[in-house]
Amino acid sequence: MKQVLEFEKPIVDLKEKISELKRFTQDSEIDLSDEITTLEKRLAVLENDIYGNLKPWDRVQLARHSERPTTLDYVHKLFTDFIEFHGDRLFGDDEAIIAGIAYYKDNPVTVIGHQRGKDTKENLRRNFGMPHPEGYRKALRHMKQAEKFGRPIICFIDTKGAYPGKAAEERGQSEAIARNLMEMAGLRVPIVCVVIGEGGSGGALALGVGDEIHMLENSTYSVISPEGAASILWKDSAYAQRAAESMKITAYDLKKLQVIDKIVPEPKGGAHRDLDQQAAYLDEVLEQSLHTLSKCSADTLLENRWQKYKQIGDYNLL
Amino acid sequence: MLKDFFGKRRKYASIPSEQAKADVPEGLMQKCNGCHKIYYRKEMNKNLQVCPNCGYHHPLQAWDRIDTLFDENSFEEWDNDLITSNPLQFPGYEEKVVKDRKKTGLNEGVVTGKGTIEGQATAFAVMDSTFRMGSMGSVIGEKIARALENAKNEGLPFIIFTASGGARMQEGLLSLMQMTKTSIAVKRFSDAGGFMVSVMTHPTTGGVSASFASIGDYNIAEPGALIGFAGRRIIEQTIREKLPEDFQTAEFQLKHGQLDKVVHRQEMQELLSKLLKFHQKGGEEA
Ligand SMILES: [Zn+2]
Repeated sequence: MKQVLEFEKPIVDLKEKISELKRFTQDSEIDLSDEITTLEKRLAVLENDIYGNLKPWDRVQLARHSERPTTLDYVHKLFTDFIEFHGDRLFGDDEAIIAGIAYYKDNPVTVIGHQRGKDTKENLRRNFGMPHPEGYRKALRHMKQAEKFGRPIICFIDTKGAYPGKAAEERGQSEAIARNLMEMAGLRVPIVCVVIGEGGSGGALALGVGDEIHMLENSTYSVISPEGAASILWKDSAYAQRAAESMKITAYDLKKLQVIDKIVPEPKGGAHRDLDQQAAYLDEVLEQSLHTLSKCSADTLLENRWQKYKQIGDYNLL
Repeated sequence: MLKDFFGKRRKYASIPSEQAKADVPEGLMQKCNGCHKIYYRKEMNKNLQVCPNCGYHHPLQAWDRIDTLFDENSFEEWDNDLITSNPLQFPGYEEKVVKDRKKTGLNEGVVTGKGTIEGQATAFAVMDSTFRMGSMGSVIGEKIARALENAKNEGLPFIIFTASGGARMQEGLLSLMQMTKTSIAVKRFSDAGGFMVSVMTHPTTGGVSASFASIGDYNIAEPGALIGFAGRRIIEQTIREKLPEDFQTAEFQLKHGQLDKVVHRQEMQELLSKLLKFHQKGGEEA
């Protein structure tokens, strides 16, 4: 049984009712097919109505859904011969980030992404996808290697944020993130970044400097969690819903603000409803991006990358 | 030698904060934030707002900082006409910014430009924590990026004094993206052989700490400055552990290898002047 979110309860209830009637028809002499058809029509309308009008807060719930596909799910669907490598050569291996090489449609690529766990045990090992500095430094090591061997880099972003811990601070969380931003700016190979779940602040951004930035339709990208913003702005985390709306954290909002390039569609009800379909949608966008970028010289890539970020922001003149 | 502190170039009337008004009679006296002893404000100013008793470094407003460092009348300001819009139509944001413009006399939380330190020209950015806590929105990101580009084009070094509580939440992801914009500008400046010093002052946290503040050729800090990525309260809640008293101070960061140096405010100008002299030729591509 999939985890049911609050806003999709009416759909689930109606679905249950329909299957109940179907069972009843099978087990008895009474024919209820007319009623069933009516309810199925109503279900289609309801689904369109609910999934077609998701509020920012609904998308936050979908982005955090316990069964939402993770980086490795997409790695296995989109790439072949993936080989994972470990360690930052300085301190340790941070399993909140995975990094490796693979083939994408017969071309070698470097794949990097935040990695959440599928269950509690894996989540403990992966620190719920919240990296320490060594995770970012591992990522950078692989990006540099990608540059050396002329491989495009694909980054999957899926984290609540960089881990707020004592050891993380002692080992230079700030510097690790800053270094990645600076170095990614100068990598002479194409970089494509996709937000697949939650894009949480600087911890997400440290894998997020690229030539094209895409977001899955129900993913979010935010400077601070809606709960965090609410507790700072309105002294009450219960206003998270309001913060989610005010801060413009959905793919649609960010496309409008010209921060991201493309919105990758999701199957009805979210990515977790159909991984194959989701991977196919993602594949299409990824192929287009890499195709376009592969035609650019390294100098053009760098110049365009600068221009891309230079125009982000808004101000007035006195 | 430092010239007289807080010279005549001050371009605004400083209005004491509500806190200061409550603590201090008529602004003539000043209570030290560290040891709580009362001093004449004039005396504290003469000492660059460092407590003569306990050495506490009080925050400096941007223009006061500039006065302590630059040769008199050597300063040219850049992009002062950039002001904050309300790109997300965030409720109440414009009012807050207007209030801080009145309070500080600044148009935003950073002053950028160029000037000379003991005759040596350098580009410059000074953040001001009294303007929306120095939080970084589009204007701050844009001004710093432009200053780095100007420095690159004019072959000048770049010195930045950071003071920031982090991101400007009311600008949402546009605020976060200023980390990228400024970091790319640092990269371009650095690749062109530019020499950059980052001086972290109290506080330098969140998105500013995790972008340009940490990627100078030298990263130095004032004593006692709070420097870090995540906030103390959030860390304590997450790890369910009380953090040491000195956690995320400049001294703590120095001990953990995250800073090149902690430098007393009285010695800052002398050190910066020496560093500029050492790097007169810039990097290999300059
Ligand atoms: Zn004192």
